Amino acid sequence: MTDLAIRVENLGKEYRIGTQVDSYPTLRDTLVEAVKWPVRMIRHGYTSTVETIWALRDISFDVKQGEVLGVIGRNGAGKSTLLKILSRVTEPSEGYAEIHGRVGSLLEVGTGFHPELTGRENIFLNGAILGMKREEIEKKFDEIVDFSGVEKFIDTPVKRYSSGMYLRLAFAVAAHMEPEILVVDEVLAVGDAEFQRKCLGKMSDVAQEGRTVLFVSHNMSAIQRLTNETIILEKGKMVLRAPSAQAVDYYLSSGFAQTGERTWQPDEIPANSAPFHPIALRVCNPQGKVVDTVRSTEPTSIAFEYQLDSPVNDLRVGIYLLNTHGDHIFTSFDTDDQTQYEQYGARCAGRYISVCKIPEDFLNEGRYILGVNASVFRVRRFFQDEHALAFAVDVTGAPGMQWLETRLGLMRPRLSWAIQELEA
Amino acid sequence: MTETAITTRSPKEIVVLRPSKGWAALNLKDLWTFRELIYFLTWRDIKVRYKQTVLGAAWAILQPLLNMLVLTVIFGNLAKMSTGDIPRPIFTFTALLPWGLFSKALTDAGRSMLSNRSMITKIYFPRLIIPLSSVLGGVVDFLIQFVILLLMMVYYRVVPTVAVWTLPLFLLLAIVTALGFGLWLSALNVLYRDVNYILPFLTQIWLLVTPVAYAAKEVPARWQMLYALNPMVGVVEGFRWALLGTQTLQWSVLGISALISLTLLVTGALYFRRMERTFADMI
Repeated sequence: MTDLAIRVENLGKEYRIGTQVDSYPTLRDTLVEAVKWPVRMIRHGYTSTVETIWALRDISFDVKQGEVLGVIGRNGAGKSTLLKILSRVTEPSEGYAEIHGRVGSLLEVGTGFHPELTGRENIFLNGAILGMKREEIEKKFDEIVDFSGVEKFIDTPVKRYSSGMYLRLAFAVAAHMEPEILVVDEVLAVGDAEFQRKCLGKMSDVAQEGRTVLFVSHNMSAIQRLTNETIILEKGKMVLRAPSAQAVDYYLSSGFAQTGERTWQPDEIPANSAPFHPIALRVCNPQGKVVDTVRSTEPTSIAFEYQLDSPVNDLRVGIYLLNTHGDHIFTSFDTDDQTQYEQYGARCAGRYISVCKIPEDFLNEGRYILGVNASVFRVRRFFQDEHALAFAVDVTGAPGMQWLETRLGLMRPRLSWAIQELEA
Repeated sequence: MTETAITTRSPKEIVVLRPSKGWAALNLKDLWTFRELIYFLTWRDIKVRYKQTVLGAAWAILQPLLNMLVLTVIFGNLAKMSTGDIPRPIFTFTALLPWGLFSKALTDAGRSMLSNRSMITKIYFPRLIIPLSSVLGGVVDFLIQFVILLLMMVYYRVVPTVAVWTLPLFLLLAIVTALGFGLWLSALNVLYRDVNYILPFLTQIWLLVTPVAYAAKEVPARWQMLYALNPMVGVVEGFRWALLGTQTLQWSVLGISALISLTLLVTGALYFRRMERTFADMI
């Protein structure tokens, strides 16, 4: 029992619909409600009129000290809610959790940074917000500055920093607290690939020191590399806890509609994705029919339909293609092409569909996962669903079919071979 | 292998998370653990307040001085209200000090939860720290202004009586009053943004029903008890009594004020704690 780090029992969180997204009550609403309330009580008896949604329910698991536990799930599955409860930002609505030791999180980089204060001042302020003691910060100060690489600007207000410097300094502070339990939400992690690599590097350091880590990610290869066990959340429920390789396999090969089409329900779209609003992702054969299984000898269209509620500049909408182990095969954006970029970089409000053609003789047989992303490079990621839809590839008629064997590799290209007999 | 790393650490605290029902305890122990954060947030507020202003911290002195000038001219020359034998500028300035502390705390604390929302939605710390440090930020301004008041007392040759030793008590009462209202308003503001619009009115009207520009005894005797329901009446009159030696202090008025202030502080803290659990979801 003594080596327990986290115990969660029947944890649940209920949200009033709307409270998270937009409306807060005004005094007037409350006053009107207060007047109406007795009337309603007499007429209908006591019934709650507030619509609620369980973001998380019946979650139970234990994490031992030194264990690195992965958490995966689609958008809106409750991963962030779970982390918010465990880091005490919000209270559970039911159930019970026990945390042994200080919790630190790598997603809160730069929380409480004040633009008018200097780098030095912000290190102290941010450290205190993260729960570090003053002497602890003083002791690590040089190390933090060193790590951030902003020595020259340490007495400059951070509002004059570039966004990269700002992020490096913020991360340096967060990385130098020494919590017994580290919580990483890579899904929310901002910053470029380099920064995310740093996050992961720091995480595996921490794990090797024998501290407990809770790691939320959409990156299946990182999950498999860094965690021993993983839990899968689906619509607020925990569906599986298993060794990570097994969990990733389960996650990527199940739960997808077998229809070749994926549509997004309102509760699967984060509030901060506005003005971008995903509608549907479809896999189509050359006849334009939505299919679950495509033939490798025919070109395949991937169509992503979405709505923009207001104009967006420099928008790029794209897809990821992954195998069932979660490895990326490629990433492609609709404005990769220079002329497309010039024409569609800035898009007005309206409904759009971006269609990409995967040529024939490209993929080998098997199942593949499609992800989508809509972002402005280095500025904002509106929406991302790394595992939106799965489809199968059938290789009937592909090169080499005269031999009944499984061809190794993800691709099945029709390459031209030249055979020449060389004279002896 | 992890043994050494763990044994060198202090024994771990165990935090239990479960839904809280009804009224929550104040949890002052948690507040104590995070005492350094109170210091850092107060320090941040002070540090940032006068950044990128030409006059800088001089504003802390200029604001009450300009207020004093306006109130002295209007109430002295136009309304011609009596201040007894005390020079009008110092009569007004003495009252403006606790008043400034109070009105600033009211406005700052009332808005504090919203202006720190990014912290509240991302990280745990006792939320009470936020309105608390907004109120404390005002105390520093008060201390600067107090030096000016001392200089004015020298200039006007006002010699305080022994009552001056009670001044810290009145300062404490001012802080308690400000914090009490601050807690109520900051918690209410999370739920009802109306508070933002009410705040400027509230401070304006409150100034008129507080004896800042006039003496409390101008208020007709039959209204005195009602008047005393405004806890700032006791605070302001107490300041004048302690520093300037105005003849009488109505102990009943002071008692009512103190009682109301304390009630506000306790209920404010309890209400704040009760609402605290929903802050991250509502803000």
